[in-house]
Amino acid sequence: MSATGNDAAAAAAPPRGVRTVAVEVATALLLGGLGAAAIWDSRRLGAGWGAEGPQSGYFPFWIGLVLAAASLGNLALALRAARRGVKGGGGLFVTWPQLRLVLSVLLPTAIYVAAIPFTGLYLASALLVAWFMMRLGGFRWWSAAPAGLATALVAFVVFETWFLVALPKGPIETWLGY
Amino acid sequence: MEEIGLLMQGFAVALQPDNILLMLLGVTLGVLIGVLPGLGGANGIAILLPLTFAMPPVSAIIMLSCIYWGALFGGAITSILFNIPGEPWSVATTFDGYPMAQQGRAGEALTAAFTASFVGAFIAVVLLTFLAPLVAGFALQFGPPQFFAVMFLSFACFIGLGRGSPLKTLAAMMLGFLLATVGMDTVTGQLRMTFGSTEMIRGFDFLVAVIGLFGISEILVSIEDGLTFKGQKARIDLKVVLRTWAEMPRHWAIALRSAAIGCWMGITPAGATPASFMSYGVARRLSRHGDEFGKGRVEGVIAPETAAHAAGTSALLPMLALGVPGSPTAAVLLGGLIMWGLQPGPMLFVEQKEFVWGLIASMYLGNVAGLLVVLVAVPWFAAILRVPFAIIAAIILVVCAIGAFTVSNAEFDIVLMLAFGVVGYVLKKLDYPLAPLVLALVLGDRTEEAFRQSLLLSQGDLGVFFSTWLGGSIMATGIALAAWPLLGWLWSLLRPAAGRERPSPA
Repeated sequence: MSATGNDAAAAAAPPRGVRTVAVEVATALLLGGLGAAAIWDSRRLGAGWGAEGPQSGYFPFWIGLVLAAASLGNLALALRAARRGVKGGGGLFVTWPQLRLVLSVLLPTAIYVAAIPFTGLYLASALLVAWFMMRLGGFRWWSAAPAGLATALVAFVVFETWFLVALPKGPIETWLGY
Repeated sequence: MEEIGLLMQGFAVALQPDNILLMLLGVTLGVLIGVLPGLGGANGIAILLPLTFAMPPVSAIIMLSCIYWGALFGGAITSILFNIPGEPWSVATTFDGYPMAQQGRAGEALTAAFTASFVGAFIAVVLLTFLAPLVAGFALQFGPPQFFAVMFLSFACFIGLGRGSPLKTLAAMMLGFLLATVGMDTVTGQLRMTFGSTEMIRGFDFLVAVIGLFGISEILVSIEDGLTFKGQKARIDLKVVLRTWAEMPRHWAIALRSAAIGCWMGITPAGATPASFMSYGVARRLSRHGDEFGKGRVEGVIAPETAAHAAGTSALLPMLALGVPGSPTAAVLLGGLIMWGLQPGPMLFVEQKEFVWGLIASMYLGNVAGLLVVLVAVPWFAAILRVPFAIIAAIILVVCAIGAFTVSNAEFDIVLMLAFGVVGYVLKKLDYPLAPLVLALVLGDRTEEAFRQSLLLSQGDLGVFFSTWLGGSIMATGIALAAWPLLGWLWSLLRPAAGRERPSPA
């Protein structure tokens, strides 16, 4: 064990980030929790044999039970790998710089999704495209803004007029008479 | 042969001008989807599915299945030119395809890949043409216990034949089944697993899940590697194509073997991805030039591409004949059948002859169309990846959001899509397989229905699944497959000495 520790220390500045073991354990716990919730809910509905055959909870009960059991197994495997140290489970799930990149996509997308009920899909999409181009692509506003606008317009023509599918609209579309 | 006559009628359907146009449109869209990261066969079709409600089912499935063929072709382009597998099943194509492109043999590699794909798909379609009606005829005698047995076997295949951890496969699968039960129970009308939330009553639509799990998560995974693509130039002229074609017959043995592997892996729901890896491995082991694999052997492109296409195509066989899809994309197409009001399963071959044979005929034509489109248009498709990732990613996110919304015109579904995206990102990075999750989500209701009906028939006796020799033997095979990893584990416990003899990584 100590030998592997020295090896890791010898490597120049190993990348830092979220450890795989932590995410493995969290995922197993979460899935196990879902299984437990399913068991609980199925027991409430009745997981046995009713007047008209299997009750509503019969199938989900067993599914929940197997999910909980499999998650326990995954938890045990993850913890065993962790105890073995660097060799088995010391890998990184994601390094900090990688996580920063992922969040630079995920956070604007979350805001985009949250904004759609208020601004409508078209305005939000135009803003998302422009934001991505400026923040991640290094474009100036005078190329990003028309690109965002063009995306929204193309989407509008394709869906509202071509396929006749109504997408969420906001105050601007109402003001324009749609 | 009755099949030939029916197939000819199918060609008459598929060759209507409208359908030919849809075929070309589908293939072109499909290649585009295959080239772009974050859009693939499964979620590309999931996004477009709601737009096909107004079409006749035959036209809709022709377009959507052609998107599937196109996506299979498209994956090869990015693998060879950019060393980025556009689709999971084209990972093995990068091993030799990218070195060939670096040596300036991109045209040769691409031509070989496309031709091999075509050959693989063609063999699988011929198999499907003659085998699917047989299987369907056989399955007409199935009752609920036998159907449950077939579904049990498909899911057991994931555990027994999958490459990853069996416990993770099991957990992913159960998560899918659990998500499928959320909402109203159609038998008793009770609400299950909604925990008092009104949004949950509708349950989880698998299309939304597919868009998130395969689309959003793919964007998140690919952003980790940075924001730029570096690619090789592609030029295909007629001379290169003809020269490569002249050399292709030499590799007939590899092509046949890979097609056989692909067909087998496609019918059992192991899927195109393991088929391509397995076929690459077998080709390397059996080749006299095995050492040169990975440095730009054309066989290393032919083997995985043939197998991936054969698997992708034959995955439709159990979908059509039994209503049990062999891959996530086939599962999405199956979801389409249900939405267009068709009942998947063996009765399709009896009640919807025009639909089934139109689809099968379109598989022949779609692959010809696909081959032509990719050979002509490779440089344009490759040029798409020169568009900065920031723009592509944003547009894909918008397209995914629109796709998720249009499934049932619900804004909440866009939130669910994003949640599934994050879940997919985590599961993918931890090697939880997503295919069994999606298949369980699609088949959950029908699996449960078959299970309940069987138990009703037998008044609660689980022995009903073993009451006929057919159902019993399918169940027994399934149990054996599911228990396979467990047996291996017990074996290693019983013989600890054998475990220690394994070479430890020094």
